[in-house]
Formats: sequence, structure tokens, C-alpha cells
Amino acid sequence: MKILVPIKQVPDTATQVKVGSDPRAIETAGITWIISPYDEFAVEEALRIKEKRGQGEVVTVSLGPDRVKEALRSSLAMGADRAIHVNDPAFAEADTLLTARALAAVFTQEAPQLAIFGRQAIDDDMGAVPAQVAELLGWPSLYWIMEAAIDADGKTIRAGRQVEGGLEVFEAPLPCVLTAQKGLNEPRYPTLKGIMGAKKKEIKDLKAGDLGLAPAPPQISVVRLEALPPRPPGRIIGGAVKDAVHELVRALREEAKAI
Amino acid sequence: MGNAFWCIVEDDRKGQPKRVMAEVLTEAGRLSGGQAEAVWLTDKAAPDGLERLAEWGASRIWLLESPALAPYRGEAWVPVAAALVSAQAPKAILGPVTSRQREFLARLAARLGVGFAADTVGLELDGDTLVATRPVYAGKLLSKVTWAKTPWVASLRPNVFKAGDPQPGRAPVVERPSFTVPDATLTLVERREEVSTGLPELTEADLVVSGGRGLKGPENFVILERLASVIGAAVGASRAAVDAGWRPHRFQIGQTGRTISPKLYLGFGISGAIQHLAGMRTSKVIVAVNKDPEAPIFKIADYGIVGDLFEVVPALTEEFKKLLGK
Repeated sequence: MKILVPIKQVPDTATQVKVGSDPRAIETAGITWIISPYDEFAVEEALRIKEKRGQGEVVTVSLGPDRVKEALRSSLAMGADRAIHVNDPAFAEADTLLTARALAAVFTQEAPQLAIFGRQAIDDDMGAVPAQVAELLGWPSLYWIMEAAIDADGKTIRAGRQVEGGLEVFEAPLPCVLTAQKGLNEPRYPTLKGIMGAKKKEIKDLKAGDLGLAPAPPQISVVRLEALPPRPPGRIIGGAVKDAVHELVRALREEAKAI
Repeated sequence: MGNAFWCIVEDDRKGQPKRVMAEVLTEAGRLSGGQAEAVWLTDKAAPDGLERLAEWGASRIWLLESPALAPYRGEAWVPVAAALVSAQAPKAILGPVTSRQREFLARLAARLGVGFAADTVGLELDGDTLVATRPVYAGKLLSKVTWAKTPWVASLRPNVFKAGDPQPGRAPVVERPSFTVPDATLTLVERREEVSTGLPELTEADLVVSGGRGLKGPENFVILERLASVIGAAVGASRAAVDAGWRPHRFQIGQTGRTISPKLYLGFGISGAIQHLAGMRTSKVIVAVNKDPEAPIFKIADYGIVGDLFEVVPALTEEFKKLLGK
């Protein structure tokens, strides 16, 4: 069974981000880049499925500039078998739909039985690409998966998705798109052996032309990024606990009208 | 092209639209000059549910009612909605951020070949285009985005857009277009309900009480639950508390958990790591209680108490009881 895991390289959550000289993008100098955390759940799940079945191939794929190789290399160190890097300036301002079209073209070339994405990338938090790839390919999709199991024949998958107030367990024929929610598994750390082995694994470079994609304009464009408007300064309420609590409740009722 | 702003109805799966639809319909009505139209894909719409949509501002309701539309499956919903879009050409398609709409709206936009902006916190017309504001990078920045063409598809973060006053007695105008639902390949096997806490759902609650590492152990969450039950709040937790196994993951507030925007957020023993702030920064009023005066959460709190939560929480619970006459 071949499992494709699209991943995205994003700034580390703890990194300071600032609006860049082009106000539509962030200042990239000094940023620490990581694999988006949800994508690690996706890589882990794909590896577990392969290990459980005792056979198969896990292929990670990512769009982006040269630095993205590092994220792909990390996924290979976790245990993915090979990687695909779609590296083309044509995708520099890609929106979710252009990204989905590029990934759908990779899927068509690779013909996987299953694709597992992270629930969303933690840079733009859009969470749209997995659904859009599934729609373009005519595959079913299941979002925010908390558990997944493939039947012995490798024909169907049973997966539980987190919804308001519970979990809905669906059965889907393969191929199918899943998105990983936190709680699905605990991603492994790469071992030293894994890191050494990753250096020998293949990362295939692809351009838009290799995917048969004609240039197309994005449907969503960033006008500009802005810093958050400052919150009005807060107030520390001092004094004895009894008095402080009394004043807090008064302020919440009379000033903030929050209760 | 029409000028209608469609609002995809989120319901309780029992025939009633959820209250968040008042926010979406009000915003759609404001942007379209009163042409907010509800589009309801469901297996069952209660008559008073249709009335509520009208009272919340729906000038028209497109009712797509069929047993084949429940439970939600993208493969079934998207072709049905896309066919109606072709026939009616709405200017915009909006919905609240919910478990099914975050997938449905993205799929629908791909089917239509148009842009989709998820989790917006602001929408404004700029000439002939719509500009959406979205939090990005863990809420550290805001991104303004715009569309190349209509229909503009967007999801709206609950509790951020203001719901207008309902118009009681406004009669619903209901259209029941004919449609066919394609066979879906997904089959629902089971639905496991969460054990009810008796408290509101985290993402829907107006008031949220949240606990972190400062609670020291899972057994101590009971004091937050007591406080929450007095004021009718949901109880959430920080990643530290969830990763320690004190609360199930569904209660986690933050970047790898739920995003909330309650009217009032009360955080106890939470330091305010960036990834937590990402999930609650758009709360209207923020209260923080922490022993450490340097805790970053005080930087965004409207009111803070530097102190021991084990003294503050019981005292606060009593004070709220007095205020609310309980």
C-alpha cells in the first residue's frame, strides 16, 4: 500500500514573526522552520499503517523553496521511504486551490491508496488543501481523524472524526483523504540511524511543467499582513483575596459588562 | 450574477439551526443590504427552525431536505450545493467554522474553482471586492485577503461577528428546489457521544473557565467545574494540562486544540504560552489568575489577580453566587 503524506514547512510557533518589507509576507530572516506539527501526526500514522501491514511505501511531498528540503529530510529521518519536492517559483503566491491542484497532479502520477494530511498548517491555519485535493480527485475525505484502521484486504478504511460533542466513525473505500487531529498518535523522534539513513533516501524535484500544470492565477490573494491592534492595557487587581475577588466581579459586571 | 449572500446552515442534527447562524445571517445581511439567504442541507428541518432563520435575518431559505443528506458527507453535499450555485449565482457563500463546514466550504470552493478564506474574523466590502481578515501565525498577525472572482466563499469564526436583534414573527420565505443527491461512498458506522459534562460546549460557550499547570493535578479541576456551573461556563485546559493527561484533548484551548472567542475568558494557573494565546486571543474580556506576576498571560489580560488560584477560585465562586443570587 502506498501512502502519500503532504507536509508543510512553517515557522516554529515560538519564533517571532514580523511583517516583511513586502507587507504581504513575513520577514523570513532569523526564522526557525519546522514541519507543521499536525503533519507529524500524519507522517506517524502513515508509518504505523505500513508497519502494521508489514509492507507498503510512505512518500512525503511538499511545495516550497529550497529550504523545504530540510522538512522533507526530517520526514525521511522519521521513516518515510522517499520524498517529492515541488520547487517552482510559479507557486510562490499559490493559494490553497493552486496548491491543491499541484498536489492532485502529484497524486495522479503516484496513484497512492491513501493520503494523510495534518489537520491544518500552523502558519496560515486555512485547513482547506486536503478537502480541495479530495474534491479535485473525486475522493472521499474525512477531517480531524482521532483513530484509523485499514481492513486486512487494504480496500477500506475505518476512521473516527472529531465532531462537536463526539466522534463519528465512518467506513470509506480507498483511496481516501484523511486529516490528522492531535490525539491520533504520538509522533516518534528520528533515531540517529534514521537521520543517517535519510541522507541516502531520494528526494525527487518537480517543476510545474513536470506536473502538466499551466500557469494560473490564485483565487485568493493576500492584500497585506498587519500586526494585531494593541489590546487596551489591563489592570492588576491587588489587595487581599477577598477584596480583589469582590472588585473583579464588580468590574466584570459594571465596566466590562461581561457577566 | 445575483447579489445574495448565502449562509450555509449549521444545525443541531435534530432540525434546529444553531444560534451561531444569527451571527452569520446578520453579517451577510449587513454586507448585502438585506439579501442574506439561508441554505439548509438537512434530513429534517423543524418548522420553527425555519421561523428562527427568518427572525435572524434570512430573507429567503433554500431548503434542501433529504434523508440522504445526513450524516454530513462532502461527496453528497457538494454536488447538491454546487448545482444550486450554478442556478442562482450567489455573490457570496458563508458559513460558521464547524467540524463539517470547514471541510464542506473548502470542497465546494474547489468544485466551483473559486477562493476560500477560512476562519475569518472580519469582512468588509472594498469597491467590487470583499476583503476578509484572518488571524495567522498563531494569531500573532492578521492577514487581509481578497478574492479573484465570485462567489466569495468564507467561514466565520463563531462569537466574533455580532448577531443583530431577532425580528419576531417574521415569516420565512421557503424555496424547495428539486435536487438529486449522488450516492456517497462514506458510511457512518457509529457515533460516540462524549460523556456530557452538563456544561456548554467549549467552542459555543459565551463564558469559558480554563485551567493550566497551576492546577497541579487532574483532581483539582473540580474547583473550576464548580465555578463554571455557577456562571454557566464551559471548562477548558491548556496544552500543559492536556499533555499531562489531566484533561482529554477535546478540552484543549490553543493552536493544537480548539479556538474560542467567548465574551469572557477566565484563565487559572495558565502562563500564556504563544500556542495557548493562539486559541483564545480573540476573547472579548480576558481575566488571568496566576502566582507569577511575570506570566505572559497578564500582557493580554483585561483584569489580573496575582495570587494562589486555590484561594482565588473558591472566593470567586462565592462572589459570583452572591451576584447571581444562587
